[in-house]
Amino acid sequence: MIAVLAFYLFATLTIASAVAVIFARNPVHSVLWLIMAFFNAAGLMLLLGAEFIAMLLVIVYVGAVAVLFLFIVMMLNIDFAALRSGFSKNLPFGLIIALVLLAEMVVAVSAWKAGPVTGGVQPAATTQPNIEALGELLYSRFLFPFEIAGLILLVAMIGAIVLTHRSRGDARGQKVWRQVDRRPDEAIKLEQPKVGEGVKL
Amino acid sequence: MTATFENWGMSYDWAWFTATIIGILVIALPLMLAVAMIIYAERKIWAAIALRRGPNVVGPWGLLQSFADGLKVFLKETIIPTSANKGLFLIAPIITFTVALIVWAVVPFDVGVVLTDINVGLLYILAASSLGVYGVIIAGWASNSKYPFFSALRAAAQMVSYEVSIGFVLICVVLYAGTFNLTEIVMAQKGNIFGIVSAYGLNPLLFPMAVVFLISSMAETFRTPFDLVEAESELVAGHQTEYSSMSFALFWLGEYANVILMCALNAILFWGGFLPPLNVDWIPWFDIPGWIWLIGKMCFFFFVFGWVKATVPRYRYDQLMRLGWKIFLPLSLLFVVLISGWLMWTKVGIGA
Repeated sequence: MIAVLAFYLFATLTIASAVAVIFARNPVHSVLWLIMAFFNAAGLMLLLGAEFIAMLLVIVYVGAVAVLFLFIVMMLNIDFAALRSGFSKNLPFGLIIALVLLAEMVVAVSAWKAGPVTGGVQPAATTQPNIEALGELLYSRFLFPFEIAGLILLVAMIGAIVLTHRSRGDARGQKVWRQVDRRPDEAIKLEQPKVGEGVKL
Repeated sequence: MTATFENWGMSYDWAWFTATIIGILVIALPLMLAVAMIIYAERKIWAAIALRRGPNVVGPWGLLQSFADGLKVFLKETIIPTSANKGLFLIAPIITFTVALIVWAVVPFDVGVVLTDINVGLLYILAASSLGVYGVIIAGWASNSKYPFFSALRAAAQMVSYEVSIGFVLICVVLYAGTFNLTEIVMAQKGNIFGIVSAYGLNPLLFPMAVVFLISSMAETFRTPFDLVEAESELVAGHQTEYSSMSFALFWLGEYANVILMCALNAILFWGGFLPPLNVDWIPWFDIPGWIWLIGKMCFFFFVFGWVKATVPRYRYDQLMRLGWKIFLPLSLLFVVLISGWLMWTKVGIGA
């Protein structure tokens, strides 16, 4: 009974916060609702017994991706009137995207039992923790896609660095070892200037 | 405990529910008391280091000082700035406080003395601690004021930076222990050094990681060399500037609960948790209970935290970022490679 209650709690909250993402007037509120939706989706995965995926969802999406979203959205200078005036202009485009997503969902649900990947077979319930199960699969059957995914991520990371890095000529970089190596006798000079002469630097 | 309640004639669901609630209260209430006492202890430590007396008026030796402070904030008015985003402004301290408490669900006080013994315990801790940043960000944004907002940006950048190196440090421990379960990580440390010393921290491959973790945990909880989030000379009180009374107290409690948690994690991951430091049975007829060892180790780390706070000056923000990204990240990555290499060499051999 507890599992059923928990399922309906998480499911309702996921859908409600997903709806709130769209209908919230303030973009920052939208991002916060999105985080709420991620969080409840993680709860649903826990109920399915996929605890590793659930934790990864929270760590990666809630802990890192959404923080960056929030960072950007918070710092934007948003003109609410301009946002709302674009509503009717962007409506057809939004509807098309929604339709495509709906069609994909229908196809995915109908293909679930026909596809060769899962074959509609329920995974056998084992006592093996699913981190170990996942690791064994990743390093045996799916080794090649796994390595390729790693390589693609590496390329993406280097690409992002190359795109955003620029060497500025006018910036004076800090040399930490110089600061650490400084000794009092070369940093401080004691002088006894005579009256009316001042100090030469 | 669930079985006991079922014997008393409850259905399984109700027995489970009652047992869980009791378990939560048994952890959370002493924790609140510990937070109150530890604030007093820390003020005494700073006072001793600064050659002052510290709190000594309320109660014997000033022991009731924290409760007097608590009563004071409780009786004051909660002021909400007119331009603040009201809902979020009130939710932010609740998030900070709750997140600081939920992590304790997986902290083992002894073999089997843990609220939920899940096999992704360490990941759960990472997930929960990555939520902590939201309390700060939301507080800073909802206050609708410049200093809290700057503080929120600093906090977010700092937490994200140090979480990366903490992640790699945790990976090192997980590689060595071969499990994400915190109880099993502690048990894997039993007699790790020559069968005598029960601590990963003295293992030459893990000692640098223990140091990195200690420093990162100070940065993660915004403790002094890294407390730029609430650097009072620059940002007043940081994200807490607009808060008063109970909402301020919740931030305060959450902060100290996080500090105790980080002390517990230091003890559990690197210094043997609830195991005695030496794997030798000195007193054959009596075993000191595990939770006493754990709390003793936590007190030691708490003293280190207070000691550092009383003696080390604050970092500059660029130095903080440099330490996180340019020193800790490459260092922890290097040790992930070294440790996995060493484990492959000892377990599989070079030829494999």
